[in-house]
Amino acid sequence: MCKLRKYIEPTVVTGWKAYDENPYNESYNPSGVIQMGLAENQVSFDVLEEYLEKHSEATNWGNKSCGFRENALFQDYHGLLSFRKAMASFMEQIRGGRVKFSPERLVITAGATAANELLTFILADPGDALLIPTPYYPGFDRDLRWRTGVKIVPIKCDSSNNFEITPESLEAAYNEAVSMNIKVRGVLITNPSNPLGSTIKRSVLEEILEFVTRKNIHLISDEIYSGSAFSCTEFVSISEVLEARGYLEAERVHVVYSLSKDLGLPGFRVGTIYSYNDKVVTTARRMSSFTLISSQTQQLLASMLSDKEFTQNYIKINRERLRKRYEMIIDGLRRAGIECLKGNAGLFCWMNLSNLLEKHTKEHELDLWKTIVHEVKLNISPGSSCHCSEPGWFRVCFANMSERTLEVALRRIHDFMEKRSLIV
Amino acid sequence: MELLSKIATNDGHGENSSYFDGWKAYDSDPFHPTKNIHGVIQMGLAENQLCFDLIQEWVENNPKASICTPQGSNDFKDISNYQDYHGLPEFRNSVARFMEKVRGNKVKFNPDRIVMSGGATGAHETLAFCLADPGEAFLVPTPYYPGYDRDLRWRTSIQLLPVVCESSNEFKLTREALEDAYEKAQEANIKVKGLILNNPSNPLGTVLDRDTLRDAMSFISEKDIHLICDEIYSATVFNEPDFISIAEIAEEGAVCKNRDLIHIVYSLSKDLGFPGFRVGIIYSYNDAVVNCARKMSSFGLVSTQTQHLIASMLSDDTFVEKFLDESAKRLAERQGLFSRGLAKVGIESLKGNAGLFCWMDLRRLLKEPTFEAEMELWHLIISEVKLNISPGASFHCLEPGWFRVCFANMDDETLRIALKRIHKFVIQEKGLDQPTTRKQCKRSKLELSLSFRRLDEFMMTPRTLSSPHSMTSPLVRART
Repeated sequence: MCKLRKYIEPTVVTGWKAYDENPYNESYNPSGVIQMGLAENQVSFDVLEEYLEKHSEATNWGNKSCGFRENALFQDYHGLLSFRKAMASFMEQIRGGRVKFSPERLVITAGATAANELLTFILADPGDALLIPTPYYPGFDRDLRWRTGVKIVPIKCDSSNNFEITPESLEAAYNEAVSMNIKVRGVLITNPSNPLGSTIKRSVLEEILEFVTRKNIHLISDEIYSGSAFSCTEFVSISEVLEARGYLEAERVHVVYSLSKDLGLPGFRVGTIYSYNDKVVTTARRMSSFTLISSQTQQLLASMLSDKEFTQNYIKINRERLRKRYEMIIDGLRRAGIECLKGNAGLFCWMNLSNLLEKHTKEHELDLWKTIVHEVKLNISPGSSCHCSEPGWFRVCFANMSERTLEVALRRIHDFMEKRSLIV
Repeated sequence: MELLSKIATNDGHGENSSYFDGWKAYDSDPFHPTKNIHGVIQMGLAENQLCFDLIQEWVENNPKASICTPQGSNDFKDISNYQDYHGLPEFRNSVARFMEKVRGNKVKFNPDRIVMSGGATGAHETLAFCLADPGEAFLVPTPYYPGYDRDLRWRTSIQLLPVVCESSNEFKLTREALEDAYEKAQEANIKVKGLILNNPSNPLGTVLDRDTLRDAMSFISEKDIHLICDEIYSATVFNEPDFISIAEIAEEGAVCKNRDLIHIVYSLSKDLGFPGFRVGIIYSYNDAVVNCARKMSSFGLVSTQTQHLIASMLSDDTFVEKFLDESAKRLAERQGLFSRGLAKVGIESLKGNAGLFCWMDLRRLLKEPTFEAEMELWHLIISEVKLNISPGASFHCLEPGWFRVCFANMDDETLRIALKRIHKFVIQEKGLDQPTTRKQCKRSKLELSLSFRRLDEFMMTPRTLSSPHSMTSPLVRART
């Protein structure tokens, strides 16, 4: 057996198992575990369904006799032009039309998972490193490192400044890599951030761009939650920063996007890489042979996303509903005496339970987490699984359930906190 | 300018081969029955377009299978939300049952051993990642599908070592050739981790007989290496002898000592003609490989929209039986038409009973038995006969003069036009040249690795890279 195969599942699997063995259901299992560890967006499905009902001809192969055949045969790794045009247009709309995307630079991949791995293969050699701000999406440990042999060196961020990335933290991470004799090939940011649920400020993006330019390395901006910012103007894409400076040094920048979060279609495996670097586009396209999007799905989405009236409406409604959901959970947590990081995007909030810890250690955080999973029956994600340097923070998802279920979850948290304050 | 990785800047993507000239010629001057009757006919693409009418009819009669129709839209939410890398149970069940039917129900497949991948392209790469470390090797009989060079080696950094098959015995795989290849690897200090078989074979269009399969099985058991059987063309067998899957041999306890070494690659791209849907399958008898490959499948899952459609289609037993039957008939007819057409002008091809292509013998037309002459003949065929066919060198065939010609990606009329052009060309060539005495151009086994390297250098003659915006290169299509 080869070395690669030893992939060890992270300890957070316990939470998932607890959910799988005893999943909450409003009618059949009201005391089951509520899933709050899954960053899924289910708040705007009705908008999608309504669209499909009205446009089934367009999204299906219709009655055109060659429609199915052509579609089933289409395996060109450029992807359907109509699909790329529609995606480019959708990405522009999410950014309020403030920046343009060329369909020629869009490379298709089966999900952002594949996009991130693919970029890593292209930008770094085995043993090299990408710098990633903590806390970060746990999936990166597998997606960026497993088959590529590339390392992750953390850019440590903490609550003293709301986990903002600073030039000092960037330098510190870079120097740490150098001291370990590791070659840094790039910085990867997620904007809006998972798990923080907040967007990165323009000034910080500029600092990051300045840093990568100075070090002559790449910048990957995973903007998978760009359509889930609660307001259009609060999210600034790296593309906008590039546009403002006339695309100087743009060749080192690559944007990752997917429809899994904003549109709530994770099953369809729709990811894209948008690169300002011709060589990266060419190579990524060739590599995408391992992970293309089903032409059937490209066809459906080409149709859906080129309907600008639908997409404008969807984006607007989705933002509003997410914001409302966010306010609901923040409010509920506050009434339970819990504060969260001020968020403005995403499908989750970043909850601070550090004052519940006896000691500020990872072990105590995990103990508290196990209590929440097994006693409060909520599967949330401990900050340590996101490589947070400060114990006591938890990511709590709120968009993958009905409002009623969220109310149940908030009540449980409230009861739990009441009991704790009685004991303490 | 920032550098890219070694993988990004090497030639592992395989597109720098001069083999692409034929594709460029086709793309700049594609045949059309009315608009461009003198254009280049595409015969380099192994696509199965013979039975779309049956599929189309099924799709129209089963609107519920599509989540975009009013009848199917109720399923939209659950399907689009489902991202479990196990895959929809109904999808795995239906694929397992389909694979069983294709094998005449002689074997059983466990749906829990079915793992998804981004087409067979993704399946091969995933298995390479699972089974071998950088620098280690797989043995692969020549001639073989050119895509293996990229799929198995590019990002994995493993090596492919040829097992030489020769025209003198109809390119059959022999135990001797396997042992030779293995020994050669030992001498070069290369660790062999597995053997890849493509059955039915691309480009040969033949199936492996039971003895050969048993030989291969006993070889890998003895060496304790893996056996990856690419059965992507399993449902394209249209004549005797019957297709025998490695799954059958795996059930012969006397021959198969360790099922943990056996893995099957499958896809719907050839049998059903759905390359765009990217439905790749790994079936492994090894639990650890199933688990690992499943985790890796996160990098190339099948769209649930497609899983849903396929599950529906393949669990329609009546449709599947009718399709398999009709598909075999049409392929037999098509291949018969083509090989009879070739025989009329004295062109022989390897006697095939499967696949979407013929392995054509044009050795008589070579000016001399060299690969340079093969390349020259090939360029002539592209530019004068206006057919894009694939030269044997691109399949790592060790003897010049063989060409793969696809026949299932066009209608009858286009095939007739192609045959007419071939007739005209052969007659002209016969007039121009006396048939030369065919010198044996077999490589001595000692020279094998050296000559293989020379061939690789020959293949890497500098050519203009296809622009990122052109649709020219065959590897633009995930699989050719």
